[in-house]
Parts: sequence; C-alpha cells; structure tokens
Amino acid sequence: MDSMNGIILSLILIAPLVGAAVILLLPEKGKLPAIVALITSLFTFLCTLHLPAHFNSGAAGFQFVQEFTWIASPDIHYHVGVDGLSLWLVVLTGLLAPIGVLASWNSIKERTKVYYALFLVQQTAMLGVFVSLDLMLYYGFWELSLVPMAILIAMYGRNLTENSSPKAALRFFIYTFVPSAPLLVAILWLYAKTGSFDFATLQVAIGTHAFSTAALCWLAFAFLVAFAVKVPVLGLHGWLPDVFSEAPVAMAMVVAGKLGLYSLIRFHVGLFPVQARQAAPWMIALAAIGILYGACLALVQKDFWRVLAYGTIASLSFCTLGIYGFTLAGFDGAVLQTINEGVIGAALFVLLGALYERFGTSTIANYGGLAKKTPALANLFVITGLALVGLPLFNGFVGEFLVLSSTFTGVSKGWAAAATIGVILSAAYLLSLVQKIFYGPESQAVIAYPGKDLGFREQLVLWYLALIMLGIGICPNILLNGIESGVQQSAGYPTLSEQMKSNASSFVVIAQEVRKGGK
Amino acid sequence: MNLYLFLIPLLPFAGFLVNGLLGKRLPKAVVSTVALAFPLAAFGLVARAAQAVFSGSLDLPYVETVGSWINAGPLHIDFSFALDQLTLVMLLIITGVGFLIHLYSVGYMAHEEGYWRYFSYLNLFLFFMLILVLAENYLLMFVGWEGVGLASYLLIGFYYQKKSAGDAGKKAFVVNRIGDFGFLLGMFLLLAQFGTLSFSKIGVGLAETPGLQGGILTAIALCLVVGACGKSAQIPLYVWLPDAMEGPTPVSALIHAATMVTAGVYMIARTHGIFDRSPFALAVVAIIGAGTALFAATIALVQTDIKRVLAYSTISQLGYMFLGCGVGAYSAAVFHLMTHAFFKALLFLAAGSVIHGLGGEQNLLKMGGLRKKMPVTFWTMAMGVVAIAGIPPWAGFFSKDAILYEAFQHGVLGRGLYFVGLLTALLTSFYMFRLFYLAFFGESRSDDHHHHAHESPWSMLTPLVILAILSLIGGVMGIEHFGSFLSPVLGPVADSASLPGGKNLEWTLMIVAVGIAVLGWLTARLYYGRKSERPGQVAAAVPGAYNLLVNKYWIDELYGGLIVKPLMLISQFILGWIGEGIIIRGSAWLLAGVATLLGELLRRWQSGNLRSYSAWLAAGAAALLIFAKYLTWMVR
Repeated sequence: MDSMNGIILSLILIAPLVGAAVILLLPEKGKLPAIVALITSLFTFLCTLHLPAHFNSGAAGFQFVQEFTWIASPDIHYHVGVDGLSLWLVVLTGLLAPIGVLASWNSIKERTKVYYALFLVQQTAMLGVFVSLDLMLYYGFWELSLVPMAILIAMYGRNLTENSSPKAALRFFIYTFVPSAPLLVAILWLYAKTGSFDFATLQVAIGTHAFSTAALCWLAFAFLVAFAVKVPVLGLHGWLPDVFSEAPVAMAMVVAGKLGLYSLIRFHVGLFPVQARQAAPWMIALAAIGILYGACLALVQKDFWRVLAYGTIASLSFCTLGIYGFTLAGFDGAVLQTINEGVIGAALFVLLGALYERFGTSTIANYGGLAKKTPALANLFVITGLALVGLPLFNGFVGEFLVLSSTFTGVSKGWAAAATIGVILSAAYLLSLVQKIFYGPESQAVIAYPGKDLGFREQLVLWYLALIMLGIGICPNILLNGIESGVQQSAGYPTLSEQMKSNASSFVVIAQEVRKGGK
Repeated sequence: MNLYLFLIPLLPFAGFLVNGLLGKRLPKAVVSTVALAFPLAAFGLVARAAQAVFSGSLDLPYVETVGSWINAGPLHIDFSFALDQLTLVMLLIITGVGFLIHLYSVGYMAHEEGYWRYFSYLNLFLFFMLILVLAENYLLMFVGWEGVGLASYLLIGFYYQKKSAGDAGKKAFVVNRIGDFGFLLGMFLLLAQFGTLSFSKIGVGLAETPGLQGGILTAIALCLVVGACGKSAQIPLYVWLPDAMEGPTPVSALIHAATMVTAGVYMIARTHGIFDRSPFALAVVAIIGAGTALFAATIALVQTDIKRVLAYSTISQLGYMFLGCGVGAYSAAVFHLMTHAFFKALLFLAAGSVIHGLGGEQNLLKMGGLRKKMPVTFWTMAMGVVAIAGIPPWAGFFSKDAILYEAFQHGVLGRGLYFVGLLTALLTSFYMFRLFYLAFFGESRSDDHHHHAHESPWSMLTPLVILAILSLIGGVMGIEHFGSFLSPVLGPVADSASLPGGKNLEWTLMIVAVGIAVLGWLTARLYYGRKSERPGQVAAAVPGAYNLLVNKYWIDELYGGLIVKPLMLISQFILGWIGEGIIIRGSAWLLAGVATLLGELLRRWQSGNLRSYSAWLAAGAAALLIFAKYLTWMVR
C-alpha cells in the first residue's frame, strides 16, 4: 500500500468529482443519486483512512506530497500534502461526507441529481483546502467551497416558500465572498513580489523580512478577516444563525468551523507569525467574550436551530482561544476541538434534523415530554449533549481542558477564567433544551405524534458518532500525537532556520515550549 | 501483589453496559442479578485489597498506572489509580453501603417502570464514584467528580415526566457546574504552580518548598473549596440538594447522603497538604462548615416532608465534616463521614420503607402511629435517630464528639465554632426526634383510609437491619484507632492527654454534648410525644421566624432574582436585541448594501441569480490568471 502514498491525496480529491459526474450522467430515478453519493463518499472516507495508517509522526515536513507544475506562467503548481495539522481534518471531512448523505436520505426529495452532485463537488473543495500547499490552488478550492454551499442553501433550504432560504444563502455568500476579494489581492500581491505561490517559499520569504512591516500588516489583516468570517469569530458571525436555520442538515454541519480554523492556523499564524502575535490579544478577547456571548444567547433562544447556532459560536471560540494563545498545548487543544466540534455538531444536526423531519417545527415550545415515545432519540441526544458540554471521558472535555489550562498557565489568567464560566453556561443551555424537548409532560404535538423512534439509519449514524466521541475522549493521544507533530515539525522545518533566529516568531516560542515539555 | 484496582470501577461499569443496552429486553430477575452481582464483585475486590492492607503485606500508597490519557505539550496525564488508607475507607463505604442500597432497591423499585434504567444508572454512579476515590491525579478525580454529577442528574430526573423532577436534575447539574468551575480553576493554578496534577508529585513539590505558605496555595485551596461546596452542598451552593429529593428514595440514601455528597470532604482531606499551608483557607472551610451546619438545621426544624428533613439534616451533617476539616481534624471529619454514611443511609432507607408502606406518602403530618404497623422499620429507624442525635454508644456520638472536641482546641475561632456546633447538635436531636415521633407515635393522621400501612419486604428490611447494627457499633473503635489507621495519609491525631485540659476537658465536653442531645430529645418528646397543640402555638407566637424557616430564608427566590433573572434579561435584551439585533444585523445590512450596489452594476450584464454567479466565477478566475500572468511579466 505504500506505493499509494504518492497519489493518495489526488485520489481523495478526484473521487468525489468522479462520483458527481456519474450522478449527472445517470437518470434521476428513486434513490439512485443518493446511493451513488453514498458509495462515493464511503470510498473517499476509506481513502482518507490511508493517511493516518501510513503517517509518520516522527518525520519532518509534509507527507504524501505530490507536486507538478500546473500552469507555467503564472507559476501555479499542483502541490498537495498533509502534515499533523491537516491529517485528521482530512479524515474528519471524509467521515462526515457519508453521514451528510445519510442525513439527506429522506429530507431531500426533489432535484436529487443536482443536490448530490453539488454535495460531492463541495466535498472535493473542502478536502482541497486542507491539502493544498500552493496558495493559488488553495484559493481555488476555498472559493469552490463557497459556491455549491450557497446554491444548496438557496435551492434546498427549509423555507423556500417564504424566501428566507435564498436570503440566508445570499447573506452567507456576501459575508464570505466580500472578504475573499482582499484575500485574493493579498495572495496576488505576494506573488507579484516573490514570483511564487508556494507555501514554504512564501513562509521563508516573509520570515526573512523581504517585505516592509506595513505591507505585512495589511497582508496579514486580509488573510485574518477572510478566515475569521468563515469560522466565524465573534462579530463576524451574522450569517451563521440564518444559515443554521435554513440550510439542509448536511450542509449546515460542515459550513462553520474547520475550514476557517485550519486556514487561520496554517496561513495566518503560519505565514505571518509576527502579525498574528500582534492580533493575538484582540483575538483572545474576542474568543473569550464569544464563549460567554454565544452561550448566553443560546440560553434564551426559542428556536432550536438558533440554540445550536449560538452554542456553535461558543464552542468555536474555544478553538480561536487555543490558536491565539501561542502555546503548544493550546494549539493541540484547538485542532482537537475543531475535530470535536465537527463530530459533535454533525450528531446534533442529525438529531435536530430527525426532530424537524418528524414534527415540522423548530420552535422549542411545541415540544415536551418526548422521551417516553422516542427513548433512543432522547438517550442519543443526552449523550451528544454531554460531549458538547465537555463531560470528562468525552472528546469535548479534552479539547476544552487543553485550551483553558494552557491559556490560564501561559497567556492570561483573567481571560481563561472568564472563558471557564462557559462550562457553567453550556450546561445550562443544553440541559434546558433537553428538559424542554424531552422531559416534563407531553405537549399537544407530542401527544398527536404516532410515536416512531429513530430508524436504523439514524441510530447507526448516531451511535457511530457517539463511539467516536467516547473514543477520542478516552484515547485522545491517537489524535494528539499526529497534531503535535504538525505543530512541532513547523518548528523544526529545515527551511525555517532563518525564521527560527527571529525572536518574534511564533514557532520559536512553540519550539521552546516543546523543549520545556520534555523535562 | 497485583490488586487490579482498575477493575473495581470497571465491574459496575460492565453492569451499567449490560443493563443499559439490553436491560429493556431482559426479565426483571436477570436485571436485578446483573445489577447486584457486579457491585458485589467490586466489593469482593475491595475486601481483598483491605485484607492486603490490614495484613501489612502492601506498601502504601499502592499505585497502578493503566496507561497514558492526555499527552499534549507540557501536560501529561495518566489513567492511574492509587490505594491508601483513606481510599480504602472510602472504597469500603461505597461498595459496602452501595451494595446494601442496591439490594434494598430491588424491593423498593419492584413495581416501577424503567426498572432496568434505574439499575443501570445506579451502577454507572458506582463506576464514577469509585474512580473519584481511586484517582491518583486531580484530572482523573475530576472525571469521577463530574461523572457522579451526571449519574445524580439522571437519577434525580428518573421520573422525568414530572416537571419538578426534571427541573431538580437540571438545577443539581448546573449548581454543581458552578462548583466545578472552581475545581477547574484550582487545577489550572496547580498546573501553573507545580506543572503536574498528580497527587504524589504535588506532595513532592510541596515538600521541596517548605517556605511556600499562603499566597498561591490559598488561591488554590479556595478554588477547590468552591468545588467542594458544590458537591457537598455547603453554603452558598447547597440549594440543589433539597430539590434532589425528587429522585427515588434509595438514590437519596446512596448518592445524596452516604457517598457522592461526601466527595467534597474527601477532596479536602485528600489535598490537606495544601490546606495545611493556608490558615486562611482552613478558616474559611471551618466557618462555611459551622455556618451551614446551623443554617440547615434551623430549616430542618419546620419541614414537613420526611425526605426534606433528612436532606437538610444531611447538609447540616456535611457542615460538621467541613468544620472538622477546617480545624485540621481531617481524621475526625472522615470518621464522621463514615458513621454518617451508616446512619444517614439507614434513615433514608427507613424513610423509604415508611413511604413505601404508605403508598408514596411523604408528609409527616399525615403519618403517625406506624410503630405497631412497621415494627422492623420502627426499630431500625430508632437506631438511626439516636445515632445522629449523638447519644452514646451509637456511632454518631463518637464522630461528632471528636469534631467538636478538636474544634474546641483550635484557637479562638475554633472555640466560637464549637458553640455553633453544640447548638446545631441540640437542634439536630430535636428535629430528628420530632420526625420520629410524628411518623411512628400517636394516632394515624392519614386521609387515605383504604391504603393500610404495611411492613416492607425482607429485601428492604435486611439492609435496614445491617445498617442499624453498623450505626450502633460503627463508632466504638473510637477516633484514636481510626485516626491512627489514617495517620499515614492525614497526619497524626493529637492525643487528648497531651493537650491543654487533658482528659478532664475531654470528659467535660463529652458530658455537655450528651446532655445537649438528651435535652433535644426531651424537648421533642414534650412537643410531639403525644397529640398536642404546642407546636402550632409556638409557630403562631413567632410568625416572623416561623415564616422565615418555612420559606427556607427565601434563598431560592433570592438567587432567582439576583442571578438567574438578570442573566436571562441581559441575554435576551442587551445581547439579543442590541448585540444581535442592531450591531450584527446592522453590519450585515451594510455589507448587503455594498454588495447590492455592486450587483446593480453587474446586473447590466447578467440576470443576477446564483447559478450565473458561478459562470461569473469561472470567467473571473480566467481573468485573474491573465492578470497574474501580467504581474509575473511585470516582476521579471
């Protein structure tokens, strides 16, 4: 299988596209498009599993690299590879795709061909973002990930008749597209100065002070804003509640979080360590406030998609906090928490989607006492919720603890303590939601409900995700070893020796902490 | 010798898995067998460990590391378990009393829907509680700490269709989370100071810095106290425990009396090395303890729900344990923890037997005259009542006396708190005998004449009898023996002969304590011994004080008005309307305005729907490539 190493990433990128083409060629008959999409996404997932199986966490640099010149002038390369940072994010993306297909199985009834084809294109785009090492290639995938998303929300949203889905799609599109323009300008500017789109080359060029400080500030700012909107960071989250309310479940579960967070680490912190450090106090403040702000708002929402939206803002803020603390354990925690959020968020979307499919409403007040009729749904909801609020032995706890403890010991006691209040608030909003939907006397809608519990397909997906949550919570080292090698290898990256001499570089700090940690 | 410590928690966990996953389809007998067999096996392993400890063939602390849990940067946390004398005492209580309560539950819950669910939760509780006391580091202890909170949440809300049960479960979890917030901050401070969370390594760190007093250690200790106040229901975080009585009564006995709520006391005793270096933190613990003891006892005076009387009594007794810790009498605190586990579990189970016999009636004013109808329950409960009242030679006398004696010896503050403790002892004796007389003596005051009170089945009475015997003999070993057994962990117990006052003082205090207990008994007998109007007259004489107590000092209302309401209002209006409604929405409109403007320009060429945007994207990309090419050419 080692012979696969050279082409595995290309295989992962092409497989969904082939699947999309097949769907478009086949007739739109019954479940056929869904079945093709499921097979394709399962195959892609299996391919992504090749990566951790053959990943060498002791080796420096990117692995599974494939590079050739794509366009000679401008000098764009097809250059892909993964390191510890992106490794598990690729696997996560692969994992969530079949779950997205299964979550769409019954809820998407019309124009299924277009839906599943676009779904798979979106899949390629997201994977491409994680593996691209050429900035132009990266930007192509980044933009590609936005377009199918916007179209899918507009065409397959929940409230097409009231026109609010297209509105949400438009808002998403504007929010993410407008900041992408300065990002493109920044990338092109870098190219104009260096003649290269290559990540490592640019990293060295920036590290060796080839540019003026003012220019770097603007560049870093353009990168930061484009990514922070996609996370979203507090203040730039205006699109999220609407998208969560309107988007099809399979889209909503991947729209926030990982793409933006990964890009922040790789391209903001990675390319502009000095400027990222300057931005860090602001980002830490935004993150800590975001945790409290999101959780407080989740507490008073009347619609469960919005509870999830504000809860998501709070959980994603933990990741931001970890990234901009510039500590090794914080980075580990941030990447781990990004993965956790992906898994837990997916499960919550499937759960709430199951409720919505059955009752056709997302107003919490219409529910009550459902646990008696649908015990499996209630149990899985509680299990997933416990992972979300960071109960120990679930994955959420490890990520939160790493971020909070490293922020407290290495960055700021005050902000860390403020962020820790989030553990109280998250329990409050989550348990209130559980209480209102599942406990207490049965509501009118629940009494009228014939009482069908989760089906086999839903239970399979949810138990599978629950096992992953527990697995990561009990053996987080499986992931942490790889993630940490990604952060460490950046420190030991040979071409970065110049940058290592600069005191302000983030990687120096990280490298120092690595050495301290060894004692 | 390998003790397989990790199996002790894992066995109940296996029981949880079997009953949790398959219980619905299994016959009741199988569910009960599974639910009892696994805790019994755990008890067997504990007994084996105890035998190894008592025979002296084991070096303590005995540590077992199963594997690494978290490795990230400088942080290294292991799944490691440790056994020492303190842990052994806790293990024996948890598995021993725990097993008896499981046995009792078989009879008590026999007719309940969700029988399997109940037992799977109960086993899950044992799993987490055993992890809590076996953990060798704070983080693993925190696993158990939060885990018992989860089990408690599930069991309080066992009758989830009752709104009050669901609310009580949620309240318990959230209030405990406030405590956990303190625990987490304490751990962060420990990491900052010592770079590790392992008990033994922190002990080494403390030994290496003998000059380290107060300061950071006070901060750590106070954070941990917040956690302990949450779990052990002390002021100001006690509010969840009375509501927790919504759960089935055996749950109240196991979780909310004998084991989980003592976790805070265990934690302080376990980390006494830090507290010993901070007189301020110790004083805080002592004041919280004595204050809570008295405060809760006053509320218990007027409660009419039999379980609520016991709940406030538990809070009050936990206050004694805190007082013990606060005056440095850790062994005495743990001693009281143990005797309390016996007599309070007994009291709850006996109360459960009464409730069971009366078909769910919990109101003391509707009981009465049960002495003849439920003789075994009557006699066993009598054992519990005299034990908690502090009458020798029952267990409660020895442990409570040990705490009060050490408080008296502990400076001016200690002497002051001693009198608070003494007053509490008077109240305790009074309200327990009040409960006893109201339930078992006089005439029946029940409205329901069709439902005849009956004695409970033997599966319920056997645990009562065993616990009654333990409540009688559990204290006779005395604090000297108990303390010297624990001294390797908790430090030596001062010999009374060497202290000022000597043996004479000890005897004097003892006689005072017994006198107080008897006084409480006689007063209760006077008021409640036979049918009398006196209690009503007293209440009418001081309506202000009576209302204050009946309404529990309006603390729930106070918290609701000062914390919960404002938080909701701020979230709803300031964050929701101003933050989201004006600022975020406003900036979105601004963006949309810019975009619409651009769109207007574009519309001259195109229709403006999303699909044609993708065409534009392709065209744009092509244009960009040409632009980039031009740039390259320029750079060259």
